[in-house]
Amino acid sequence: MSTAVTEAPAAVTLAGVSKVYGRGRAAVHALDEVSLAAAPGEFTCLIGASGCGKSTLLSLVAGLDTPTAGQIKVGGRVALMFQEPGLFPWLTAAGNVELALRARGAGRAERKARAAELLEVVNLREFGGKRPHELSGGMRQRVALARALAQDADVLLMDEPFGALDAMTRDLLHDELDRVCAGRNLTVLFVTHNVREAVRLGDRVVLLSSRPGRVIADYPVPIQRPRRIDSAPVAELAGTITDRLREEVSRHGK
Amino acid sequence: MASNTLAGLDALDLDVSPRTSSRLASRFLSGLWPKVLAIALVIVIWELIHLTGWKKYVLPGPGVTLTDLWDQARTGLLWHAIRDTLQRAVVGFALAVLIGTAVGALVSRIRPLRAAVGSLITGLQTMPSIAWFPFAIILFGQNPSAILFVIILGAAPSIANGLIAGVDYTPPLLLKAGTLMGLRRVSLYRHLILPASLPAFVAGLKQGWAFAWRSLMAGELLVTMFNQPGIGTLLSADQDQADMAGAISLIIVILIIGICVDSLFNVADRAIRRRWGLTQA
Repeated sequence: MSTAVTEAPAAVTLAGVSKVYGRGRAAVHALDEVSLAAAPGEFTCLIGASGCGKSTLLSLVAGLDTPTAGQIKVGGRVALMFQEPGLFPWLTAAGNVELALRARGAGRAERKARAAELLEVVNLREFGGKRPHELSGGMRQRVALARALAQDADVLLMDEPFGALDAMTRDLLHDELDRVCAGRNLTVLFVTHNVREAVRLGDRVVLLSSRPGRVIADYPVPIQRPRRIDSAPVAELAGTITDRLREEVSRHGK
Repeated sequence: MASNTLAGLDALDLDVSPRTSSRLASRFLSGLWPKVLAIALVIVIWELIHLTGWKKYVLPGPGVTLTDLWDQARTGLLWHAIRDTLQRAVVGFALAVLIGTAVGALVSRIRPLRAAVGSLITGLQTMPSIAWFPFAIILFGQNPSAILFVIILGAAPSIANGLIAGVDYTPPLLLKAGTLMGLRRVSLYRHLILPASLPAFVAGLKQGWAFAWRSLMAGELLVTMFNQPGIGTLLSADQDQADMAGAISLIIVILIIGICVDSLFNVADRAIRRRWGLTQA
C-alpha cells in the first residue's frame, strides 16, 4: 500500500508509520510501514491476531506515544476508550462525564446540563448519581462512552471496548454505538479481535498481520444497517475475513 | 426509547442491598460484644494473677486500680491533663499534616528532589522518635516546643510517604484517561492525582497519628513541665511515687484515647472504601 492521497481531507491519516520498541537484538517491531486513511464519519474496524500492534496504533493516533518512523495526521480532537472503562472511582457517573466537560472549559451549569444529556444518550439518565462500582460492567462502559462523547471529539478510538463484556450486553452496546454514531459525524477507529463484531459495526474492516503489524487486507462492509451480529450477510463476510486471518496466523506459526 | 434495556441485563448486575440505620445499629452491637468480652477476659486474668499473690506488694488488683481511676476522674487534675495532652496532640499533628503534605506533594512532583530526599524521608520514618529528645531538649529547653518538634519529626514523614505512595500508585489507565481528556498540570493534580491518592494519604495520616501519639507520650515523660502537666507528666509523677494503681489507671486512659482516635481514622477509611467500592459490603 502506498500513501493514500485522498481528495477529501481524511480525519485520520497514517503514512508509513512504524513503531519499534527497544533497540538492537531486543527490538520489537510493533508496527511496520502502516498506511491507512479514515474518512470523516467513517467507522473503521482494525482486526488482527494478538501482537499485531492494534493497541500501539491507537496509542500513536491518540498522541500517547510517538512513531519511530512515518507520519500521523489527525483532523480534530481525539477521545480514547479502553477495554476497562477507566472511570474515576471517587466520582459518580455524572461526575465522570462532568470532569471531561470541565477539562474542555465548560461552566458549571453547562456541565450539569450536558452531562445529563449525554447520560440520556447512553440510556443512563437515572444512574447519574451512582458510583462506578454500583454499576454493571456494561453500564460502566456506557458511562465511559458518554465521557468520551463529552470530550467533543471528532475521532473516537476504541480499544476492544466490549472485550470484557458478556455476549448479550455486547449486543446491546453494539446497537447503542450504532445509534450514537448515526447522529454524529464521528470518525471511529475500533480495535477488536472479534471478526463478527468488526463486521457488525464497521463501514470497513482492516486486517493487520502479526509482528510486525502490517495492513494485509482492507474489506469494505456493504451490509445495510441496522445489522445483526447473527445475520447471514454478517456471518458470511466474517467467515471470509476469518479464513484470511487463519491463513495469516498459520503462516506465522511455521 | 431504549431505556428499558437497562431494566433487563444490567439491572441484574446491580447491587440493591439497602443500607438502613437498623442494620448499622445491629452491626455496631455485633461489633461491640466481642470487645466487651475481651476486656472482661483481661480483667479476670488480671484478678487471677492478683489472687496468686505474685508481686503482691507492687501489683494492685483490678478493683483497687479501677477505684483509683474513678477517683482520679472525679478530680479536675486528670481532665486538665487530658485536655493539655490532647491540645498538644492536635496542634502537633496539624502541623505535621501541613508539613508532611507539603513535603509529600513537592517530593512526588519534582524528580531530583525525590532522588535527594526520598530515602531520607523513609529513614526518618523508621527513626525511633524518643531518640530525638536529647537533641530537642538541648535545642528548645524543657518546654512544650521540644515535644512539638519531636511530634512533627515523628509524624510528618509517614504523612509525606502516604501521599507519595498515593501519587505513585495512581493507576496508569486513569492517568491516560485524564490526560486524553485534556487535564493538565494543576487540573490533573487537583481532579485526578489528589483524589486518586486519598486512600493512601489517609493510611499515612493514620500511621502519622500513631507516631505523633507515641512521641507525645514519650515527650511528656521526659520533658518536665510542672506548669502544664499532661497525662505523661502525671504518669511520670506516679512512677516517682511508686503509685502503681495510678500508673495503671493512666495507661488505661492512654489506651482508651488511642483506640478512640484510631477508630475515627477507621471511620474515614471505611467511608472512602465504601465510596470507591473497595469493600465487600
